[in-house]
Amino acid sequence: MIPTLFGVSIVVFLVVHLVPGDPARLVAGPDASIQDVELVRSDLGLDRPLPVQYLSWLGRVLVGDLGRSARSHRPVAEDLGRAIPATVELTLAALTVTLLVGLGTGTLAGLRRNSAWDYSSMVVALLGVCTPSFWLGLMLMLVFAVKLNLLPTTGRGGVDHLVLPALTLGFGGAAIVARVMRSSMIEVMGMDYIRTARAKGLLPQMVVLRHAIKNAFVPVVTVIGLEFGNLLAGAVVTETVFAYPGIGRLLVESIGFRDYPVIQGTLLLLAAQFALVNLLVDVLYVVIDPRISYEA
Amino acid sequence: MRPEAPAAKPASPRGATTEPGVLSRPARSLWGDAWIRLRRNPVAMAGGAVVVLLLALSLGAPWIAPYDPLAQDLANNLAGPSASHLLGTDTHGRDVLSRIIYGAGISLKIGFFGMLLGCLVGVTLGLVSGYRGGWVDNLIMRLVDVQLAFPGLLLALCIIAIIGPGLENVIVAVGVFSVPTFARVTRAEALSLKQRDFVLAAKMLGAGDGRIMVQHLLPNSMAPILVIATLRVGTAILTAASLSFLGLGAQPPSPEWGAMLSDGRQYLTIAPHVATFPGLAILITVLAFNLLGDGLRDALDPRLRVD
Repeated sequence: MIPTLFGVSIVVFLVVHLVPGDPARLVAGPDASIQDVELVRSDLGLDRPLPVQYLSWLGRVLVGDLGRSARSHRPVAEDLGRAIPATVELTLAALTVTLLVGLGTGTLAGLRRNSAWDYSSMVVALLGVCTPSFWLGLMLMLVFAVKLNLLPTTGRGGVDHLVLPALTLGFGGAAIVARVMRSSMIEVMGMDYIRTARAKGLLPQMVVLRHAIKNAFVPVVTVIGLEFGNLLAGAVVTETVFAYPGIGRLLVESIGFRDYPVIQGTLLLLAAQFALVNLLVDVLYVVIDPRISYEA
Repeated sequence: MRPEAPAAKPASPRGATTEPGVLSRPARSLWGDAWIRLRRNPVAMAGGAVVVLLLALSLGAPWIAPYDPLAQDLANNLAGPSASHLLGTDTHGRDVLSRIIYGAGISLKIGFFGMLLGCLVGVTLGLVSGYRGGWVDNLIMRLVDVQLAFPGLLLALCIIAIIGPGLENVIVAVGVFSVPTFARVTRAEALSLKQRDFVLAAKMLGAGDGRIMVQHLLPNSMAPILVIATLRVGTAILTAASLSFLGLGAQPPSPEWGAMLSDGRQYLTIAPHVATFPGLAILITVLAFNLLGDGLRDALDPRLRVD
């Protein structure tokens, strides 16, 4: 994880330097005066060699100094800090949708293989993987906010503001989780220990709840780790659809305004979050599956 | 074959005339076998048919589309579906159906060239990485890890942040976004193939590294690469549409599906059809490539079949 984050920081640092044109002008923004641009240049040390610049940039990033936004002129950390709670709220709500819908649907489909439920849920899951989330969001908005007038269309507020964005963002992940959970459930239900549990007279519900689900869950954990990354990236689109003031929308707006300090800050934050979640997933493995150990 | 078969019958030394069904079956290649299996898979063939239809639409757009995709008719804007405009008109009175038909070409172009770029770079990196091993492998795989640290759309967004918005840049972004997938699959293939006898034999005959990679490893890795390539076209189209929706891809007058959707979003309450139909077009296209890709995987490697 550390070498990868190191690589990520180099890529993010280089973003400004790979853009054609003068990095000082880019950081200062399009309407800065020549004096301002020169000030930024010496301020950021853009006249020094690249490796030196990188190290001093990294040193500042590590203590939370991400520079100033060219658009709002506030420190980037401040803008990010305002957007983080919104995105955390949204991704956690979407993750809940992914897990509840995905695990529930997949478990039932796996237990009742080749039933009408199995077929219909797998068709929906297939569609879920191919559906553009921005379109799904608009369609949900059209039905539940515009036609039925049940929920608000855009913005951030109470729980009602979170329902449609969370459904939109969580749906694709739910589709994938459902497919993995289904095949894992089918595999587990064919195992010897399930037959033993049944043979000793355990109630069918208990066989599923106590023995099957826990074991079927292991491969799903990997998928959830990867899906969390897709949630973070998908938040960019979902937040734009619902005009939701999170990190994703901040990133898209910053790219539109060529506000490079904010672009760097958001990319770094999102990649770090993703790396952290994958680390958590690795730890979670050991907890839920005692056969796995990292000490070999 | 059968011991009691009369030995008196002359000719046909292999008994081809006695058991034609079994013994005279012509030799088939991997690709021939795969084609036969693919043809028996109706779902995959349906996906393939939609892909062919989309190709026909994009090539024949000027003849098939009822209207000019950019022709404005402001007196008749935001009109719902009708006999003269089957899918209605948008905010400038442009025919939505015609725009979707022209948009097919744009999406296929981005999907195909984006995939191709990712494929060329990824397969090269994967071959070199898997075959050479050692520090080269280590370096390339660490680079791939860094790319994968930007999940999903973020990598494409990162590229767009560097090279700026626009249709051609989206192809580059989508291409770079696809590199890790191709690199990993090809590397795995190269790793397992390089120990095989035919590669060792080629090496003993004095074949150079380049020759072994291009003439021996690459052709034998083609099956998984083709499967990934088909699936990636769908992903590339979806990613490109997302970028255009965010305003970072194809720009407004262009009938790109994602851009059309973004445009129609403002009129969702009064004219929902403007945003609905381009989204359906994206969904159907991505679904078709996914079904075809899944079918190809089943056909090319029956061991990978899930059920």
